[in-house]
Amino acid sequence: MEIITEILVIGGGSAGSVAAIKAKEAMPDRTVLLLEKANIRRSGAITMGMDGLNNAVMPGHAEPEDYVKEITLANDGIVNQRALLRYAQNSAAMVSELDSWGVKFQKTSTGEFDMKKVHHNGRYVLPMPEGYDLKKILCRKIRRVGVRVENRIMATRLILDAGRIAGAMGFNTRTGEFVIIRAKAVILACGACGRLGLPASGYLYGTYEMPTNAGDGYSMAFHAGAELSNIECFQINPLIKDYNGPACAYVAGPFGGHTVNAQGHRFIQCDYWSGQMMMEFYRELHSGKGPVYLKMNHLADETISEIERIMHTTERPSRGLFHANRGKSYRHDMVEMHISEIGLCSGHSASGVWINENGETTVPGLYAAGDMASIPHNYLLGAFTFGKICAQHAVEYVKTVSEPKIDPAQVEAERDRVLRPLSQPDGYPHHQVEYKLRRMVNDYLQPPKLTTRMEIGLEHFIRAKADLDQMGARNPHDLMRAMEAHFIRDCAEMAARASLNRTESRWGLYHYRVEYPVSDNANWFVHQNLRRTPDGNMEFIKRPVAPYVVPLEKDDRESYSRLRIDESSTITQAV
Amino acid sequence: MPQATQHFDLPVVVDQSKCIEGCRVCVEVCPLDALAINPDTRKAYMARDECWYCTPCQVDCPANAVTVNIPYLLR
Repeated sequence: MEIITEILVIGGGSAGSVAAIKAKEAMPDRTVLLLEKANIRRSGAITMGMDGLNNAVMPGHAEPEDYVKEITLANDGIVNQRALLRYAQNSAAMVSELDSWGVKFQKTSTGEFDMKKVHHNGRYVLPMPEGYDLKKILCRKIRRVGVRVENRIMATRLILDAGRIAGAMGFNTRTGEFVIIRAKAVILACGACGRLGLPASGYLYGTYEMPTNAGDGYSMAFHAGAELSNIECFQINPLIKDYNGPACAYVAGPFGGHTVNAQGHRFIQCDYWSGQMMMEFYRELHSGKGPVYLKMNHLADETISEIERIMHTTERPSRGLFHANRGKSYRHDMVEMHISEIGLCSGHSASGVWINENGETTVPGLYAAGDMASIPHNYLLGAFTFGKICAQHAVEYVKTVSEPKIDPAQVEAERDRVLRPLSQPDGYPHHQVEYKLRRMVNDYLQPPKLTTRMEIGLEHFIRAKADLDQMGARNPHDLMRAMEAHFIRDCAEMAARASLNRTESRWGLYHYRVEYPVSDNANWFVHQNLRRTPDGNMEFIKRPVAPYVVPLEKDDRESYSRLRIDESSTITQAV
Repeated sequence: MPQATQHFDLPVVVDQSKCIEGCRVCVEVCPLDALAINPDTRKAYMARDECWYCTPCQVDCPANAVTVNIPYLLR
């Protein structure tokens, strides 16, 4: 199968849906193709919608500059402030546009957006108690504007023409048919690498992130020669133990819920997810005061009913069933929390494909948005907003370039690589290979990061290449899982090498190196970017942090470095 | 390669008496593509133990035939 399109969007989740809609709206006479390995009706990280926006910069509640400052602090200073500012200046317009498409946000009695405070300093949380319709609304809009959609096709590699983007290749996960797509511009919106670490439950798909998001975009961008940034800044989240989904302090917080230790005492001042917060969480879990809980059982019955109504209908609705199975209720019991397996996701931390304020990667014609792009703490609204920014720039870019040429050698090499497991059905099955790979990720990469341990892990990840070559698949579905194991292995190798190379600690628990326990601003106040060399190796580049457009005050700097509640304080202790 | 057959407790259960012949809604919405149609009965069933317990199959089923349980290892 061969398809020719002006712009190709890979991934029909939050960022990709908006990118495709905005590109098609801007060029109704040209083809915009949205490629999705599941089905856009329920694909991406938010199959069941979302309970709120974490980072809406709304007039009257916060200034774009305040948001830039907040995220600069939350990410230990290593940010491209111009890109953060671009987001902050455009997020309110994105909210209004989503509102006009029919997305339901919480409003006050006077019709204003009902903003809540969860971050340290500003007010950025906009609840969506009826957010379960999000996918349906996006899907309807995609159909209405006339985006061409191809479901159940998984992209595996990008095609290059003399250094610029020329399209992508992949296969149909139901028929096994090989697919070649020629495009002048490609927007990658493939989500996080959520299947990197293995959940403590041992269930391969019991991950925090939607498990279809296997690092596809990280791997494809790497093989295309694009730079990836700060991969050592892992994603680790505080989650409901075993269920492995959010608890969700952002929902419960504005109602009066909060995180406590086993003694019922608060130990952090703020539940906003950051590396510094995760470090305090980790310390508490491993102290004599663990485990850690989300406490709501002091709240009024009707308040809990409202929390349940939101938490059990949006984002991860099966949370309610999970608690009921164990006979637990928010009314009587605290929710036991733990910390998740590691992943890569700039939506929550900072590891991603390097993009600038236009969404451009370092490969001409290649864009990235959402959880896989390098804008830190970007969350759902960041995915929407940068999807739109990528589309706006790509629409102008394609006017300036000629039709790319498809190199037959690249196509044949990829066809051989992708279809090989089908020709050796007795090869290693995908679930065994994946289990072993991800168990090694846990054993060797989970912080605290030890040099020797990570070096051993790296050896395993390199040796795993031979196992991948010997994988077998008996049907196209298993072929999809087998090729995802390649994405996972690539991400594991990048995570190990990037973590070894940054010889300092930064971002709290996300990059805590035992041998280098403190931050080294003299040598490492930089973005650590990596890329593939022409001979297939990995090289590192230090990209200086661009001069701030929003300067920080001395007082600002202390808010995220003093997260732990002073133990002598009794005012903040829970009743 | 020799093959072994193992019994698994699967999280998604389709009530065969309620499932509509020829309907494919749950199969199409499942992000993991874990459900399939039995060619003999033309009804849906969970074909692969690959579940994020995310619930579109249950919520979108027009016949209330699908139940998503928490996978045993997490339950």
